Amino acid sequence: MDRLVIDIAVLVLAGFVGFAVISKVPNTLHTPLMSGTNAIHGIVVLGGLLLMSEAHGVLEDVLLVIAVAFGTINVIGGFLVTDRMLGMFKAKTPPKAEDTDGEGTGS
Amino acid sequence: MSALGTVFLQSTNFIDALYIVAFSLMIYGMSGLTGPRTAVRGNQTAAVGMAVAVIATLLRKGEFHGSATVWLIIVGLIIGTVVGVPAARNVKMTAMPQMVALFNGVGGGAVALIAWVEFRHHFGGGWPLRSEIFELFGAIVGSVSFWGSMIAFGKLQELLPGRPIKLAGQSVINLVLLVIAVGGAVVLSAGTHSQALFILTILVAAALLGIMVVLPIGGADMPVVISLLNAFTGLSAAATGVALSNPVMIVAGMIVGASGTILTDQMAKAMNRSVPAIVAGGFGGAVAAPTAAAGETGGTVRSTSPADVAIQLSYARQVVIAPGYGMAVAQAQHAVRELERALEAKGVTVKYAIHPVAGRMPGHMNVLLAEADVPYDLLREMDDINPEFSRTDVTLVIGANDVTNPAAKNEPGSPIYGMPILEVDRSGSVIVLKRSMASGFAGIDNPLFYDPKTAMLFGDAKQSVGDVTAEVQAL
Repeated sequence: MDRLVIDIAVLVLAGFVGFAVISKVPNTLHTPLMSGTNAIHGIVVLGGLLLMSEAHGVLEDVLLVIAVAFGTINVIGGFLVTDRMLGMFKAKTPPKAEDTDGEGTGS
Repeated sequence: MSALGTVFLQSTNFIDALYIVAFSLMIYGMSGLTGPRTAVRGNQTAAVGMAVAVIATLLRKGEFHGSATVWLIIVGLIIGTVVGVPAARNVKMTAMPQMVALFNGVGGGAVALIAWVEFRHHFGGGWPLRSEIFELFGAIVGSVSFWGSMIAFGKLQELLPGRPIKLAGQSVINLVLLVIAVGGAVVLSAGTHSQALFILTILVAAALLGIMVVLPIGGADMPVVISLLNAFTGLSAAATGVALSNPVMIVAGMIVGASGTILTDQMAKAMNRSVPAIVAGGFGGAVAAPTAAAGETGGTVRSTSPADVAIQLSYARQVVIAPGYGMAVAQAQHAVRELERALEAKGVTVKYAIHPVAGRMPGHMNVLLAEADVPYDLLREMDDINPEFSRTDVTLVIGANDVTNPAAKNEPGSPIYGMPILEVDRSGSVIVLKRSMASGFAGIDNPLFYDPKTAMLFGDAKQSVGDVTAEVQAL
């Protein structure tokens, strides 16, 4: 199969997976969801990394360094701020036996 | 490491396998966000997936043939870290909308820059048309997202006026810019001699389009705009992924695109407005005559004192607190939590009613209250809390206006008619904390304030809540 067909198949399937997963996120967590997807969006840093070895001239170097820096801000900033935010969400009652799988509200 | 081992690590199959591991971890991690208890680990899992994707990319054979490349990558990573870490650590929860707008922007900016470099590499042809088409999509949407997000940031940070800024012939200008960007893209992919000029024209036209689209959008529509820009950046990343034939970029981009699309849809529904209408700018025709209608609804406003409010609240069985953007502006969330505790100590049941578009981004109120240690099980979504208002003795509206406006239900002529609201007017009595009688961002008068069972407590929300808490504790 043509690589393009495979890529578009991945694109479409990933879209369905994304809808299925994200539509279950409750309103309470919409802000962390947005900052978390900001972090996931930082995946564009890969584009910067892949092109860097082919860069010619100062202009391209500068553009790609900025692109990598932007992507890194997304990744690092996004995951950190999401982690910080999620740490604030606490239940009134301590987690019941069935949900004590160790994460989250420990801090 | 043996030569054989190095060859294995750099083989395409191994790297592709790592990519599959990476996006599986990201999807699994995001599915943890379905509940607050699993969310922290979910976010960390997604972060591990991201780390795997970056490491796999760095393993690719021949990426590091020149030492300059390595240094450039390190410089980029360091700049990103130095900017990103303190921002994430120090940002106030009230400023999260700005933060997310900024993050949307830099993500879109990165896509646009990558597209620009890709086109410089492929000047003179030798690039498959399909890669070109996806990369051009990325260039346009990335540039729109970057500049649109910068304007959204400027509005939220109050560097720019929050009210809609409209120009004459706005929609014509937007259409022309869109035609220039898309037309330039078509010419460029059809093959032209002045490619450098065309890619820059496309990026600049898209940039102006982003600015022009967000400028006329008012503060109350920000939740929709931020979600929409979030969706755009995601789709642009997925398009770049197709152009570079990189599966993990495609999957990650589509997750973000799906998330942004779902949020945009939910926010628009919660305001009973269509996304095109919001992007077209303003609050329908209502923007033109906001204050003209004010006061005409008539009736008198009853003002009250912290002591009276305290007595009312203390002898209630159930109190519902409906917060809005005003609580964020006044930084009153901790004071509100203190009041809730004082009331609970007196045996009063306290719940919070959260409208989906309260605040400036999806879930804004939830994060602010979580920051103030309010347990998330006290936060009720609109559909859950609305049936409870008839059983509620007192509802405390703190800095919320349009989302409690009964005109949305009762007055077919109102610009917000049909918007789902928190039905606070059904409770026994209502206390509205407000700075003054100015109308909300939508500029629409609120009949709730003139309702005989409503009392107004004027002043800074933080100060007022603090005074009421002191009175409750003294009782």
